[in-house]
Amino acid sequence: MAGSRNISVSEASRPVLPRHAKLKFDETRQVWVILAPERVLAPDEIAVEVLKLCDGVRSVGEMIDQFAAKYTADRGAIAIDVIAMLQDLADKGFLTEAREKTS
Amino acid sequence: MSPTLTDAGVATSEPSDGLAVLEGRGSTAETFGIPLAVLAELTHRCPLQCPYCSNPVELDRGSSELSTEEWKKVLSELAEIGVLQIHFSGGEPTARKDLVELVQHASDVGLYSNLITSAVLLTREKLSALADAGLCHLQISFQGNEPVVADRVAGLKDAHEKKIKVAKWTRELDLPLTVNAVMHRQNLHQLSDIIQMAVDLDADRLEVANVQYYGWALKNRAALMPTLAQIEETSRIVEEAEVRLKGVLAIDYVVPDYYALRPKKCMGGWGRQFFNISPAGKILPCHAAESITGLEFLSVRSNHSIAWIWQNSEAFNRYRGTGWMPEPCKSCEFREVDFGGCRCQAFALTGDAGNTDPACTLSPMHEQIFKLAEAEAADNNNRFIYRNFAGGTPETDGEHGA
Repeated sequence: MAGSRNISVSEASRPVLPRHAKLKFDETRQVWVILAPERVLAPDEIAVEVLKLCDGVRSVGEMIDQFAAKYTADRGAIAIDVIAMLQDLADKGFLTEAREKTS
Repeated sequence: MSPTLTDAGVATSEPSDGLAVLEGRGSTAETFGIPLAVLAELTHRCPLQCPYCSNPVELDRGSSELSTEEWKKVLSELAEIGVLQIHFSGGEPTARKDLVELVQHASDVGLYSNLITSAVLLTREKLSALADAGLCHLQISFQGNEPVVADRVAGLKDAHEKKIKVAKWTRELDLPLTVNAVMHRQNLHQLSDIIQMAVDLDADRLEVANVQYYGWALKNRAALMPTLAQIEETSRIVEEAEVRLKGVLAIDYVVPDYYALRPKKCMGGWGRQFFNISPAGKILPCHAAESITGLEFLSVRSNHSIAWIWQNSEAFNRYRGTGWMPEPCKSCEFREVDFGGCRCQAFALTGDAGNTDPACTLSPMHEQIFKLAEAEAADNNNRFIYRNFAGGTPETDGEHGA
């Protein structure tokens, strides 16, 4: 039951937005939104940047590498923040694991 | 906990009505943008006869429904003015032969689409076609957790079994599923089992929505009104399940407002965050608004744009904001919290939509309404009046359409 839910995010995870959650730029209001059943959420800038990378192909480890390089920041610190953020999004049902991947 | 996501919605106020809204920063009572979500009632035709149906008692006939081309034009216009989500509802939206085409059009113009259905008319092929057309989410109503209660409430034989089947197909097709359970005195004893049913069906969300008493439900209030003891038990069951099923099943809970102390922020305030479109194309502040006599609602068939009707029509402006309010609302510290409650309920119970919703303890009528609810619940008269185009049919012995 609920196999796709309750994912535990690690560096090996390849998260992707589930079908019911759509990341979209709202032209009218000039903000990024996540569209979900009965809800519209406004992710902050960093969440948007992370969510855009969640394509089900890229691993969390690769995302962390990317951010560490981009912000020339400590990889360990970035890893903690990114994983915490992704886990939070996953717990709220806005991220799932890419289908074929078992990590 | 996380500041990552701002919940732009007020989804907790009335999830059964299907909306959530991105409120303007520091919004005040008088501000209103284009709604994020719109409810499209494609038809009032429905094979079910639920006694609490949210449609008006005066149903729109099939012959008055908007055509496929008219609905497509409406969808395009909605997307253009900034609406993000469309909820296809009814009646039974799958009774429209053009539903797949309308869902496809919603996808084409970039709308997030949700289907609110009784599911009894769906085949696996039809569901699959809807998924291919880009349907984002499916919500199936359940009347109980087993056929005896459920089929009697729905007034349709084998309805429950069909719903279970469709719910399974939904998950097989990897469509997200919300189970919507409308609760009242005659099925509240099944709540724990309904929650388990939602888990077993692998639903993502469960709406536990107590009946709201206008229109058909008001006609059936004596047969539906829960007892206070039931409500207390319901809250306990929901709270326990929310903790136990965290991360497995999200539960939205709508309390029955007759037993509440404060009225609900109905529709997020009249004309502030939401409109729906009736089968015949009227733009309404809520799905029950046509029950209020003396208001003229404009149609998409008029020579006004949807945005114009939303912003300028008299019906929307009548109860917008706080300027219309009488006492005790006018000077109440909660006036921008609940906006005086529900206009339709105020009209139904006091005869004037401009009165304070009697669900509020500050309404002079609250005590009387509360006592009435208690008395009706205790009376235990369980006969329904079934919803249909003939103005309703009373349930008879051994004969309930199911």
